Amino acid sequence: MTPDLGKYADTVLSAYGASLLLLLALVALSFWRGRKVRAEMAQVEARVKRNG
Amino acid sequence: MSFTEKANAVWAYANPKKFLTTTERVLPVFWILAGACLGVGLVWGFFFTPDDYRQGATVKIIYLHVPSALMAINAWLMMLVTSLVWLIRRHHVSALAARAAAPVGMVMTLIALITGAFWGQPMWGTWWAWDPRLTSFLILFLFYLGYIALWEAIEDPDSAADLTSVLCLVGSVFALLSRYAVNFWNQGLHQGASLSLDKKEHVADVFYQPLVICIAGFILLFIALVLYRTGTEIRARRIRALLARERVGA
Repeated sequence: MTPDLGKYADTVLSAYGASLLLLLALVALSFWRGRKVRAEMAQVEARVKRNG
Repeated sequence: MSFTEKANAVWAYANPKKFLTTTERVLPVFWILAGACLGVGLVWGFFFTPDDYRQGATVKIIYLHVPSALMAINAWLMMLVTSLVWLIRRHHVSALAARAAAPVGMVMTLIALITGAFWGQPMWGTWWAWDPRLTSFLILFLFYLGYIALWEAIEDPDSAADLTSVLCLVGSVFALLSRYAVNFWNQGLHQGASLSLDKKEHVADVFYQPLVICIAGFILLFIALVLYRTGTEIRARRIRALLARERVGA
């Protein structure tokens, strides 16, 4: 299945590995912070509503 | 509806509530399209395209290098537009959109630099050269870091938006230089544009179609990430406002 990358296998696979890792980390961190902020906002809004 | 009325309808999205409800509806479409384009483009490019007669298998790096470099520059140009909207019309959503786009643009620039280094090593015999395009990209990366740091360093959000907008205007010079460095200084190792209306400069047809799909995937991923992250910034701003109101009331 994997194409024959010949003597450039390390170069190509390293470039793909590093890039995909960075993209995945960016998406994961965005979701992680998004969820955290959403939960925090719900908490603060509930408190403000409770305290009038 | 006249053209002016249609143009003015865009400003409705400056309302944070309207922005959040609209983006919640359209975001799944962008995520799915981005994933599909990236999946198809990268699998096609990696598994089903031949090696280049000069560059061998390293040509497969083009499917990551060109789209990320393109987005590195265009992310900054998007930040320029939203920063100008903030400076002129004082819409908070536009300043927050610029803030949300900066880390995405920074990662795109980093990917372009890393894949370029991996590609350059076997082709040029060096990981790095102080070539006009490479150097201007490195400076663009530093501008992204500075822009993000400036947002974090200033507590008052309006002052932060003002100062980062000015920094964005200055950095736009380097974003444009990164794009046209090869044309301005006809020297250095980096080749000209991979996609050009001039057929002589264009990549071979066999690489062209998966490359265009990868570019579409990167653009869609950028849009999805910026919309999602702008929503997060809007909520974070509301939290700060609510906490400030609580402190005043206490």
